[in-house]
Amino acid sequence: MTSQAAPVEAHEHHDIRPVRKAAMWVFLGSECMFFGSMIATFLLYRNETGAGPGSEIFNVGFTSASSFVLLMSSLTMVLAHNAFEKRDARGTRIWLAATALLGITFIAGQIYEFTEFVNGGLTLSTSSFSGAFYMLTGFHGGHVAIGVMLLLAMFFLSTEGRLRDDGGLNVELVGLYWHFVDIIWIVIFTVVYLLQV
Amino acid sequence: MVLDTSKDLATGTPKGIWSWLTTIDHKRIGLMYAVTALVAFFIAGFEALLIRLQLASANGTLLSADAYDQLFTMHGLTMLLVVVMPVGAAFMNYFIPLHIGARDVAFPRANAFSYWLFLFATVMLLSSFVLGGAPDGGWFGYAPLSTQLEEFVRMDFYSIGAQLLGVASIMASANFIATVFTMRAPGMTLMRIPVFTWMAVVVSFLLIFSLPIFGIGLWEMFFDRNFGTHFFSGGGDPLLWQHLFWLFGHPEVYVLVLPAMGIVSEVFPVFSRKPLFGYPFVVFSGIAIGFMGFGVWAHHMYTAGLGPVAEAGFGVATMLIAVPTGVKIFNWIGTMWGGKLRFELPMLFAIGFVSLFVVGGLSGVLHSVVPSDYQQHDSYFVVAHFHYVLFGGGVFGYVAGAYYWYPKWTGRLLDKRLGLWHFWLMIIGFNMTFAPMHILGLNGMPRRTYRYPEGLGWEFWNQVATVGAFIIGISFVIFAWNLIRSRKNGRIAGDDPWDGRTLEWSIPSPPPVHNFDEIPVVSHIDEFWHRKYATDEEGRSVRMPDVTGGTISSETATGGEDGKPTVDMHMPSPSYFPLVAAFGIIVTGYGLVYLPGGWVAVGVGVLVALWGFFGWSLEPVTRNGNHD
Repeated sequence: MTSQAAPVEAHEHHDIRPVRKAAMWVFLGSECMFFGSMIATFLLYRNETGAGPGSEIFNVGFTSASSFVLLMSSLTMVLAHNAFEKRDARGTRIWLAATALLGITFIAGQIYEFTEFVNGGLTLSTSSFSGAFYMLTGFHGGHVAIGVMLLLAMFFLSTEGRLRDDGGLNVELVGLYWHFVDIIWIVIFTVVYLLQV
Repeated sequence: MVLDTSKDLATGTPKGIWSWLTTIDHKRIGLMYAVTALVAFFIAGFEALLIRLQLASANGTLLSADAYDQLFTMHGLTMLLVVVMPVGAAFMNYFIPLHIGARDVAFPRANAFSYWLFLFATVMLLSSFVLGGAPDGGWFGYAPLSTQLEEFVRMDFYSIGAQLLGVASIMASANFIATVFTMRAPGMTLMRIPVFTWMAVVVSFLLIFSLPIFGIGLWEMFFDRNFGTHFFSGGGDPLLWQHLFWLFGHPEVYVLVLPAMGIVSEVFPVFSRKPLFGYPFVVFSGIAIGFMGFGVWAHHMYTAGLGPVAEAGFGVATMLIAVPTGVKIFNWIGTMWGGKLRFELPMLFAIGFVSLFVVGGLSGVLHSVVPSDYQQHDSYFVVAHFHYVLFGGGVFGYVAGAYYWYPKWTGRLLDKRLGLWHFWLMIIGFNMTFAPMHILGLNGMPRRTYRYPEGLGWEFWNQVATVGAFIIGISFVIFAWNLIRSRKNGRIAGDDPWDGRTLEWSIPSPPPVHNFDEIPVVSHIDEFWHRKYATDEEGRSVRMPDVTGGTISSETATGGEDGKPTVDMHMPSPSYFPLVAAFGIIVTGYGLVYLPGGWVAVGVGVLVALWGFFGWSLEPVTRNGNHD
């Protein structure tokens, strides 16, 4: 950017990938504070279970399995990005679809889990603990859902051959977002399910 | 030979309502922010006048307690989130690209979306007065008062309205950061960008990191009110809200005042004909303020009972944050020292800023001392303090910016006689209104009470404050008249009326759509000054004869001799999708306020928003065909 030779060219919109990546990183920084506040809330209310059930209601085995599914989706995301960089349209499509599918599996697991909890007497308004739990995991699930929509959008753009790497969303940016959502889940899983003191 | 695209851009500035609704030009968006903020300023100012009338005498009867609660809440909310923040955004939108030598911000359509969402959220907040009552729990919205459900929608308007304003601000901030870090002109290193733009970057980071915390607090409040959760009541801890709120609320204070500091850092060098004294100190002080701003939030909560260790720590941090602020004040004085001062209107307001901000800063240091703050907490002394900082500091700085840059916006100067009336009435009215509040506060008058009994000795100073408030009101009517009148009748300004130092003065007033015919190559701080002046052997500035301001080179926009264009401009095309998306979100917002009946509106709103976002993602950025 600081080249003195080609003032106009360096500045045009032809390669705006660094711009978009910068904005995405900034946005993810913002998301850290977003989830950080919810995690703080959960830690504060971890033991405020009132008359309702507490963390003994969790099925750590089940959630470990769905966490594994989500972590594997990061692998397929990397493969999708790799295929995209190599201009391998078919590979990109396959791995994008695989990532979306794994994400959907995770969400399905969360829906199942929430249903079980509600049947077990843990609703949104049961206690401060329950509210903090549902808010934290629910907002995370919402982020996964948005990620799945982005992945599907990438997938359909790719089938039409309109996948770009200049303007608009691209596989790399969706990948950044997706990995972030995964990493946040590692923190949430540890704090919510594993730290049961 | 003039290139096709640039001919369109140079000659045919689009006109009409539709062109404003679909504009993605950062300059137009900046102006729309400014106009919206000015209108909101008059609304919030009117609310303040009603409050002052109520308090003008003991046992005031103008307002009921309920109306008073709504008015002081909305006065605070509107002034902070809908006036001062957006007026900062107005300047940032207009001048960040001009300062760094760019054609637009990084994401023009996201920029338009930020504005429309801000506008709709503003309308939503203000509409609450007639749609079930305005928020009445203070701009700080302390739980559990804010989670009570006696008034069905009021604090829902607060939680959703502020939430959406926050989303708009986060998007705008990400946009500004990406713009400054990736779109600077060649040679425009980080330590050459104008101080205003530096402060805009700091502000953007503050918003990026503080608004999500507020957002979570607002969601928790909303869940408590609508879904029966227990975040702040019924087993929850109201103190959590205070922490979440002030973790945002304190950085927010710097969000409001740092752009004003940036503006006066532009004004002082120009009207002192000297470079800014200690540019790196001013920049790094701003960054230091940004960092430390996240470590002092609990000084708003001394009386909440945090314990002596926490209070001592936050007290010391609060005293420390006065240091970088003080550094800046000395830098501004150092800039003026020995300069050839010209007391034009921007300079007067900038000096007003420094003088009044010092008063507010000093009373702020008093608050950092915990035992002293116990006495002042919730008294009018605090009201006096933050009005000196935010009005005496913030608003004076922004008005200085308006006088300074109005010629760039319109090509005409604001009338100096009216401007002098504005300045003197404003500074007199301001001190009449807020200086007495120090005395009232120390005499024990509490904040947020809608009336007070006779015989406490508060009547006289309250009357003075009320008279002062009306003088401020008159001064701003004069200002508004000046803004309207000078647009057609003001003196023609030319490109560079103040003998400016930064790049925005090197281009025409008002600037063309594409800003720069040729992207400048930068080699100095105060680049434009160095193009106009050389330094002789004795270190004095000597004007170079050949550069007279105006466009850097009018020839470069045309082709070379072989007719091959040297400038290849694809300005992004107008788009109505940002407007559609923002509209969808605001419909969703209204639906959330009126839950459970509002679920229908939520559904409709989400669909409209999705239409907007998908249309936005799928339309090409430029539609004039020859984009690769």
